[in-house]
Amino acid sequence: MKVINNIGKYIIMMTIVFSKPEKWRIFRIRLFQEIEFIGIKSIPIVALMSTFMGGVIALQTASNMDSPWLPQYTIGYITRSSTILEFSPTIISLILAGKVGSNIASEIGTMRVTEQIDALEIMGVNSLNYLVLPKITAAMLFFPVLIIFSIGLSLIGGWLTLTMSDLASTDTYIFGIRSFYTDLELQYALTKAVVFAFLITSIASFYGYYTKGGALDVGRSSTQSVVSSSIAILIANFLLTQMILL
Amino acid sequence: MIEVKNINKTFGDNKVLDDVSASFHKGKVNMIIGQSGQGKSVLAKCIVGLHEVDSGEVLYDNRDFCKMDRLERKAVRQEIGMLFQGSALFDSLTVEENVMFPLSMFTKMTKAEMQDRANFCLERVNLAGRNKLFPSECSGGMQKRIAIARAIAMNPRYLFCDEPNSGLDPKTSIVIDNLIREITYEYNITTIVITHDMNSVIEIGDNILFIYQGKNWWQGGRDEIITTDNPEINGFVYASEFMKEIKETLKHKKAH
Repeated sequence: MKVINNIGKYIIMMTIVFSKPEKWRIFRIRLFQEIEFIGIKSIPIVALMSTFMGGVIALQTASNMDSPWLPQYTIGYITRSSTILEFSPTIISLILAGKVGSNIASEIGTMRVTEQIDALEIMGVNSLNYLVLPKITAAMLFFPVLIIFSIGLSLIGGWLTLTMSDLASTDTYIFGIRSFYTDLELQYALTKAVVFAFLITSIASFYGYYTKGGALDVGRSSTQSVVSSSIAILIANFLLTQMILL
Repeated sequence: MIEVKNINKTFGDNKVLDDVSASFHKGKVNMIIGQSGQGKSVLAKCIVGLHEVDSGEVLYDNRDFCKMDRLERKAVRQEIGMLFQGSALFDSLTVEENVMFPLSMFTKMTKAEMQDRANFCLERVNLAGRNKLFPSECSGGMQKRIAIARAIAMNPRYLFCDEPNSGLDPKTSIVIDNLIREITYEYNITTIVITHDMNSVIEIGDNILFIYQGKNWWQGGRDEIITTDNPEINGFVYASEFMKEIKETLKHKKAH
């Protein structure tokens, strides 16, 4: 019952979030602030994760290539496919659900318990629109950039690992990366990035906005937002795969 | 002037406000007092629209707030300044940006004009030159004064103060009280103060509403609260021996 109630509250909240901003100039300023906060400040963790992820995928693929019938470029092909289709959009989004989602939930939750949101409302500001819309927009704009960046670094990570451990040559790896490529793969990855960005920011904002109580409850909201957005990402991932790839 | 007529508010099975009617006068410091859990904060939140009333009317100069649509409410809210218990300053903004915030949202002022207005408001609360500090770098008393500066930035017609003295030492409390009184008289606004602080009530309360068990139990002036024989008010206002002594002294003074 509580889940249904929350879904209803979430939908109502979204209808208020997606209304016309009070002033476009202020919205623009807040949007750039959020792009920096949500997007640019996530670059280091995305870079680190992606490089190691690409390296590990390449190594694991190489270590499983027992059959002499399988050509060596398969390593590059599998590294690219798994990176674009799954690892970069999904795993990176799950990590960002932890980093960005908990941050948003605790920021808005703290504003709620310290009456800053009430202060906005009393002034006549649509607090949901003012606080949440720039976050959602920033994430939906910048997550695809992060995912492309992640894909690139993963492939570089794979190449570095393979060449350093002498498991494949650069030419073979690049040939593998370029094999059987279709634009649909990237379209699928970027669609997932946009959908996951929306889910992470909106769910975190929801839990933050409806926080009640004190510091302990802010922590609870933050944890709950990470759990819920992770589950939402997994469900959306399944549905998008069904819809786009099959 | 703000009037509330027959307001009822229930949370679940708990009736918090029971047919409350009162009027809050323009150019006066109106106070809502009462013990914790009696409904005074809920009444204030109903007046500013943070809670919807179950029934009744909230009239801002004869405009019924409960019957207004979103845009009409927004217009009224821009005439309201509010000082919150915890100041509710925006952490990420400097003192100046906090004061300029409502101006940047609702006026077409240039940045220079907004800065002038912020400087004027900060000067008014004796915080000139503190523009670039962040709220976390200010003391509790300073934060309250910044919140007052923000509340008066838009030239409000109505000022709400929720427990303005909570967490402040007696000397700073007097500074805040005096500031609220001066601003009320200077700008001729309708001020409503929700408080537990009896010093404030005696010091600046022009029109006092006592809420008891969700009802408007008593309403009167500063002088009347001293002389009233209402047992509930006496039980609340003169709870301590010290206050009882003060009451006797004041009564004695009045008699002569």
